[in-house]
Amino acid sequence: MFRRVPYPIIWLGILGFGILYIPIVLMMIYSFNDSKLVSVWAGFSTKWYLSLLNNDQLLAAVGKSLWVAVWAATISTFFGVLIALAFTRFGNFGGRLALSVMASAPLVMPEVVTGLSMLLLFIAMETFFGWPAGRGLDTIIIAHATFGMCFAAVVVQARLRQFDLAVEDAARDLGARQPQIFLTITLPMIAPSVIAAWLLAFTLSFDDLVIASFVSGPGSSTLPIVVFSKVRLGVTPEINAIATIMIVMVSICVIGGSLLMSKRNKHD
Amino acid sequence: MASPTKTMAMSATISATISGVITRHGRKLVILIPLIWLAIFFLAPLVEMLQVSFTTARRGVPPYDPLWSLGEDGFSHNFNLENYLLLYDYLPDYLGPTLNSLRLAFFSTLICLFFAYPIAWWIARSDEKMRLILLVLVMLPFWTSSLLRMYALIGLLNPNGFINSALLAIGVIDQPLQMMQTDFSIYMGMLLTYLPLMILPLYASLVRLDDALIEAAADLGARGVEIFRTVVLPHSLPSVLAGCLLVFIPAVGEFVIPALLGGPEQMMLGKVLWTEFFRNRDWPVAAAIAMILLAILTLPIILARYQDGRIDREG
Repeated sequence: MFRRVPYPIIWLGILGFGILYIPIVLMMIYSFNDSKLVSVWAGFSTKWYLSLLNNDQLLAAVGKSLWVAVWAATISTFFGVLIALAFTRFGNFGGRLALSVMASAPLVMPEVVTGLSMLLLFIAMETFFGWPAGRGLDTIIIAHATFGMCFAAVVVQARLRQFDLAVEDAARDLGARQPQIFLTITLPMIAPSVIAAWLLAFTLSFDDLVIASFVSGPGSSTLPIVVFSKVRLGVTPEINAIATIMIVMVSICVIGGSLLMSKRNKHD
Repeated sequence: MASPTKTMAMSATISATISGVITRHGRKLVILIPLIWLAIFFLAPLVEMLQVSFTTARRGVPPYDPLWSLGEDGFSHNFNLENYLLLYDYLPDYLGPTLNSLRLAFFSTLICLFFAYPIAWWIARSDEKMRLILLVLVMLPFWTSSLLRMYALIGLLNPNGFINSALLAIGVIDQPLQMMQTDFSIYMGMLLTYLPLMILPLYASLVRLDDALIEAAADLGARGVEIFRTVVLPHSLPSVLAGCLLVFIPAVGEFVIPALLGGPEQMMLGKVLWTEFFRNRDWPVAAAIAMILLAILTLPIILARYQDGRIDREG
């Protein structure tokens, strides 16, 4: 009786997916609309994509966002792997509770609280040490890395938990030292989860509006900050276009990644 | 000038030293490096924010008086409860957003659960190929910017948006429906943002449900609804709670959704904090609001940690 999924469940499911996707799909279709009016279809046109190329403000913001996200994701992943190693390999070390609280609290902290508290710290540090002098992309990178590493740690930990420890033991018996074991055995085996952690941290950083708004300085407006200020003034076709480009790129990555993962699983 | 051989020897010594340090103190380094980073950039900011919430706002840079100072006349402090008293004096102005935050987050969580459960069940009961497709469909919005999804939603709900234009065109209504800046638009925004977060833990739990249990219940004469109530629901209850907390906690502190989709009636704490900070430039009051937001969320956060640990141990 429960083997097949009952029809009411499927209908509710389709309704749920519909709510998720209809706004996005309509936005993507209307990014090719010739008219500036949102709801009036005036023929197919790619003019909004072309005008994006001349929008220096948006292009500069994309560049800044990419720079911030690449650095934040890289730092996040490095720290995330360390945190994950500590939790899965070191047993009950001193400071475990402190690390576990501090590495999980940022996951659930409201963004406005994280953003405000970070900014206040940066200002206090500037008063005492003279660094960071003013706020810019570097302060955004630090803030993003701090919550990004907690997400990265969760992803890598999940993989390290299923890891067959016998492989590491074998390497140790053959005389390999700990760092060597990690670099030649463990890291290659957990590589997919490390890449996934990097991508997650990258996405979180690239999409963040709230924290970046608090810790950014003049001249360091990332893409979400620029988009937010434009959206407040109303829906514009150029935002439709840039949103469409971003969603298509993310979709290609997610679908490609999922296909790769499912193929790997079949081989295993 | 150092000769090439000397430089090489030196760099070899340095790298040997580094690898020696890593081998001997590797364990300590692995723990200490993230611990120190988080202490500086996560714990210290919270402490600093607590301090600032007890200071007095002023015109200047930074826009608050220092809490402690060591001047010519010795050690002095400016500790005061003014900001919290101010929140109390203008209680109606702040109580409203607090209650709104809790109410909108609570019903958003229920709405997410209502849509997430069937989807999670559907995915868990599908064959391998269908399951992959559905999981990708759930993950896709999760990886795309929520700001852009809210923006897309505005295009749908606006007075001159898609829904109103369509309804006007077919003559169902003769005036645009007011959908933006209502509770409805907030719930739609929350659903779009948080539905995947609810689906994933539910799916993880339902996919582990043993078919034999369901068959046994059916053999003993239980009907569909009864099987759901006695077997499926109890099995998934811990992850229902986990999913609800995963949605409720960030929803309470949400800023983007009330800012873009809500009106004055949907004022939430996150937006009040933002306004105090960016528009009124009253940093100490903003810090006090942040502390209150944290205080409200303490209980659910502790509950979530406990629940996570339980699922980890049992799963």
